[in-house]
Amino acid sequence: MNKIRLIARREFLTRVQKRTFLLTTILLPLLFFGFYALIIYFSVSSGEKYNIAVADQANIFNNKIMGDDNINFVFTPNETPQQLKQDVANKKYDGYAYIPADSKNAGEPSITIVTEKSVGLVSRGKIEDKINAALEQQRLLKFNISKSQLDSAQEEGNIQFSTIEGKNDSGDSAGLSYAIGYVAGFLIYIVLFIYGAMVMRGVMEEKVSRIAEVIVSSVKPFQLMMGKILGIGAVGLVQFLIWIILMVGLNFLLPVIFPHLATEMQSMNAQNQTMQAAETLKSAGLIHSSGVNFPLLIFCFIFYFIGGYLLYSSLFACVGSAVNEDPQDAQSLMLPITMPIIFAIVIMTKAVNEPTSSLAVFGSLFPLFSPIVMMARIAHGVGDVLPLWQLIASMFFLVIGFLITTWFAAKVYRTGILMYGKKPSWKEMWKWAFRKS
Amino acid sequence: MNILELHHLKKYFATQKAVDDISFSIEQGSIFGLLGPNGAGKTTLIRMITGIFYPDDGDVVLDGKKFDPVNDIIKIGYMPEERGLYKKMKIGEQALYLAQLKGMRKSDAIEKLKFWFKKLEMESWWNKKVEDLSKGMSQKLQFVTTVLHEPKLIILDEPFSGLDPLNANLIKDEIYGLAQRGSTIIFSTHRMEQVEEICDHIVLVNLGKKILDGTVQQVKNDFKENKFSLQLAGITAPIESNLFDVIDQKANHLIVKMKANTSSNDVLKYFIDRQIIIEAFNEVLPSLNDIFIRLVEGTQATTRSFQKIDA
Repeated sequence: MNKIRLIARREFLTRVQKRTFLLTTILLPLLFFGFYALIIYFSVSSGEKYNIAVADQANIFNNKIMGDDNINFVFTPNETPQQLKQDVANKKYDGYAYIPADSKNAGEPSITIVTEKSVGLVSRGKIEDKINAALEQQRLLKFNISKSQLDSAQEEGNIQFSTIEGKNDSGDSAGLSYAIGYVAGFLIYIVLFIYGAMVMRGVMEEKVSRIAEVIVSSVKPFQLMMGKILGIGAVGLVQFLIWIILMVGLNFLLPVIFPHLATEMQSMNAQNQTMQAAETLKSAGLIHSSGVNFPLLIFCFIFYFIGGYLLYSSLFACVGSAVNEDPQDAQSLMLPITMPIIFAIVIMTKAVNEPTSSLAVFGSLFPLFSPIVMMARIAHGVGDVLPLWQLIASMFFLVIGFLITTWFAAKVYRTGILMYGKKPSWKEMWKWAFRKS
Repeated sequence: MNILELHHLKKYFATQKAVDDISFSIEQGSIFGLLGPNGAGKTTLIRMITGIFYPDDGDVVLDGKKFDPVNDIIKIGYMPEERGLYKKMKIGEQALYLAQLKGMRKSDAIEKLKFWFKKLEMESWWNKKVEDLSKGMSQKLQFVTTVLHEPKLIILDEPFSGLDPLNANLIKDEIYGLAQRGSTIIFSTHRMEQVEEICDHIVLVNLGKKILDGTVQQVKNDFKENKFSLQLAGITAPIESNLFDVIDQKANHLIVKMKANTSSNDVLKYFIDRQIIIEAFNEVLPSLNDIFIRLVEGTQATTRSFQKIDA
């Protein structure tokens, strides 16, 4: 036990002290947020300013088109197209629209906007939206309907979903569950790959550099393997913790660094339908988060994070011990390990939508899939969607699965780590596991 | 007193009998040579002694008690032939880590390391990385980490490969010193001249079986062919006798092989009778190299073929 701790400590310290660890751990979120901030900054401020003259001789708009910061409409009813063209050439306006007096009788008016340079896609859409809104307003007026009347007619009914037990099954929390389940499942998926591969590379390094035999003359191969797995697992936990802290911290910092950005983001959100939906989803979730049990969720995330990592990393270690210098050998042996992980993420995307389907139930119980799939179901709440017995059974199976894979991996590892020469097949590794040592 | 006894050790792999019923014992404080051609089963045998492999059959008795891999590991220092180090780790930290894995306390390990680093002139290495070392230098480091915890039994597999004569002598002196202080050394190699120079006792393994066991002197005596070398002052007449055959003659230097029932005095008498002055006379014992080649040649050891095992 003491030796496992020594090994784990070395694995942890050598990785954490590396410059690349600091770079990836601290710079990655910074870089990510730098990009994020830049993208937002440009998408908010990139709107070019347009000053458009409207010679509305048919009086379709009644001298009223709502503009905004970037797009301004000026009504010049008495100017002729020639004059307007001249004005645009003189940079008085960026473009003009000439609506001849007779166009009112010709049904739908066709409006041509003439600009000096061609208009970008975003600005084009904005200009169209504004003109269409003004047209709609005018048409409604024609029917003697005011905007507020129309709005009240279009108001959505108050429809609620409820389960038999009388629980409020609000759509807000279902949407939130969806997001949380998806993100949590995906994070575990990434953890399995990043840190599993790290364990594999570490084992390969030990074998290739021929230090394995020196070490196994002092410690049991199992201790060496467990020490490595635990040490790298600790690296993963620390890295995740730093990322979470940095992300949360930067999220708060972003509006401080770009004060004007925050207000602009809000105004942009108001325009953007999907963003608006996300916003209400977030606020709704935070206000009545009764649908999502956060302490349980966090506990389960950590449990499945560790359980899944331990289960798969021992398999990765066993592949690392079997191969030699050639990384391609590792690739082909890794396939049977990566397949279930990919299966799991596919099942997870289904389970997030249909958390009670039989596929989701199976996926959340089977230990090779459960770390990823179960997260999607837990987010929907324990009790109705996910019976408690299933959660307990899933955790139990995961522990059993971890014990089995570790036992198997340890057997293969102790043979593989001292074996040089040709790459074994899974069949041979299977034999190593079941023969007496 | 025997520090190590092997009783009928067996280890069969899928395609070969790597070790097939080997027994021998090693006396405390001796330098023991474990010899054999490539693939004879030496490494497998050593791995069983160090507890890396469990024998299929037989016992390892260390220090009078049955070998217990978990607790007895501290009594053994093993430097494998395939030895490596963590390339990116600092040398001092690495040596400390390996010592702690053996079960040494950190403060003891640092003290001992300082002592050894000073002794082998490695003090400036502490904060260097292993990748900065040459092969010979890392070998010295490995030697230090092997003997640091003052094990009772030290197993060195090809310890001199890659060392220049100066450093090889340095290590050789340390090996003698360790043996004098009571450690027992098992020395595995195919370099026979080193074995002849260093070892007290040898065992030769081939094809998983022990084929020779004894002290160096005794083995040589067993294989002697009654050859003598003679240095004469001047040869006046052709030498012919029914007591011995002349095998080789270079100027005044003769190698003779005695016939049965001839004693060395008979040979001397022959030359004395002929008034030939004898400047030197000594027995020619076969070198271990000769014995090794004679025993191993023709056993297909060089191309050890894979056998089918039903076990």
